[in-house]
Amino acid sequence: MIEVRFHGRGGQGAVTAARLLAVAAFKEGKYVQSFPMFGIERRGAPVMAFLRMDDKQIRIRSQVYEPDAIVVLDDKLIKAVNVCEGLKSGGMGVINTKRKPSEIGFKDIKMATVDATSIAVKHGLGSKAAPIVNTAILGAYARAAEEFGVGKIGIDSIVKAIMESVPSKPNENADVAKEAYEKSIFA
Amino acid sequence: MKQVIEGNQAVAIGAKLCRPKVIASYPITPSTHIPELISEFVANGELDAEFINVESEHSAISACLGAQATGVRTFTATGSQGLALMHEILYVAAGMRLPIVISVANRSLSAPLNIWGDNCDTMAERDSGWLQFHSERNQDALDLVIQAYKIAENKEVLLPAMVTIDAYSLTHTYEIVDVPSQEEVDAFLPGYKPLHACLDPENPITQGACAMPEDYMEFKYAQQKAMQTAEKVVDDVFEEFENKFGRKYRKIEPYRTDDAEIILLTMGSMTGTAREAVDKLRERGTKVGLAKITVFRPFPKKELITVTKGANLLAVIDRNISLGLGGATFADVSSAYINAADRPLILNTILGLGGRDPTVENFCEIVDRSKEVMKTGKVERPVEWINVRKEDVT
Repeated sequence: MIEVRFHGRGGQGAVTAARLLAVAAFKEGKYVQSFPMFGIERRGAPVMAFLRMDDKQIRIRSQVYEPDAIVVLDDKLIKAVNVCEGLKSGGMGVINTKRKPSEIGFKDIKMATVDATSIAVKHGLGSKAAPIVNTAILGAYARAAEEFGVGKIGIDSIVKAIMESVPSKPNENADVAKEAYEKSIFA
Repeated sequence: MKQVIEGNQAVAIGAKLCRPKVIASYPITPSTHIPELISEFVANGELDAEFINVESEHSAISACLGAQATGVRTFTATGSQGLALMHEILYVAAGMRLPIVISVANRSLSAPLNIWGDNCDTMAERDSGWLQFHSERNQDALDLVIQAYKIAENKEVLLPAMVTIDAYSLTHTYEIVDVPSQEEVDAFLPGYKPLHACLDPENPITQGACAMPEDYMEFKYAQQKAMQTAEKVVDDVFEEFENKFGRKYRKIEPYRTDDAEIILLTMGSMTGTAREAVDKLRERGTKVGLAKITVFRPFPKKELITVTKGANLLAVIDRNISLGLGGATFADVSSAYINAADRPLILNTILGLGGRDPTVENFCEIVDRSKEVMKTGKVERPVEWINVRKEDVT
């Protein structure tokens, strides 16, 4: 079983990102489970969402405490929240930031970074002050998963999930995911 | 067709497939998505029904009651304070023998205000005369809504039913659900034909009238009899459902209980996590199994005793608290064994109140405690709270 934890801020789309990734994994024949942290969502407040995927039915329903991968939608969260908490050794991190993986300062983690904010804003998803970065970060996730061999889900499945499930601007969201896939940086 | 949907969606789709004619709703967290979705179904023509926005849950269930009394199928969704506010009318619906089906997102009761999961809300309604069905997963939620109508409307039953899903761990969790087609559901659940309660100007009747002391008790006895009859009807409907849809439901569902010395008794979404614990402990050689309560009313005494036959200890796990006693399930379970010749030691654990996350480790801890008790054969503390900061309570 692969467990992924998403860190974002209320309004950035972390919960939807987890759901879209679940739909993408479902399209690849996996059993899936995704859920938000059971919290009260407020715009701008740190939020979490979780994803499990497996080749067999998923029964466990506790929160994810030892993820295989973390996805961070806002790099400023790193100062406020221990996003690496419980991350399995050999685990993977995907972070929306203008910085390179080596500049983040996490040790012993397979890291990918992507400037999801700039990509999302360029394609008109949200505003500069409140960009919707969830589909961009999924593109980066697909690329990182491929690169590191952790929790692989194909970019094609992600694009399909976006086209089917995103209520507004599906084409722009799909383009954003593809561009982020191309522009991810690794360490 | 298989879809990735959340528990609230599973309930809304399940309800839609049953073609209710009236849905009255006052949305409450965490079941709000259910009326939202159903109102969309009604607005876009997918569901031919009257959707009534009301000003409280008391009104929501009252509107369902009134509509059902004219002879149509009805539905609403609620949870927590909302269910508590319905309390008065729940008894009326049951006493009038109106087979209303509602879904309850199991959420804690105030105070302190808390929107997260436990099932104190439905436990508080266990004496109201409603059938109770509890879901472990989103698939159950959809399937049980469909089956609940069939059971509730059976002419030998005619009792209202509630189908529960745990707050967030089901309501807001996306997973794969096999959604049956409308044709399949229509074939299983034909349109509602009122047998006793309907509005017919040619044949006017009085409903919900006063019963004097010389008659009241007979009405209550009739409800109790209907609950007892429901035991058999539930089995029949579950069997028919399995034959048509290929998914098997049981009032008490055993898991690895055959040679089990310790059996965990669970309900709702915690069951999946408890299954993981059972497998983990089995690998270490502990003879532990699990029994899940799907039907809480009528309480499946017979099935419980059968499932636990040969076990040394039954660990009843309650995500609720009947203050001044212990878990609500524990009380019912204990009563089931009162005249049984052979009974296991019975322990009760309170966990997961107000959304505290039940973990695999919690269930392992319960088994560890059970082993200790089995060594001495004596239960000194029948009710134990776990994963609680007792030291903070002075």
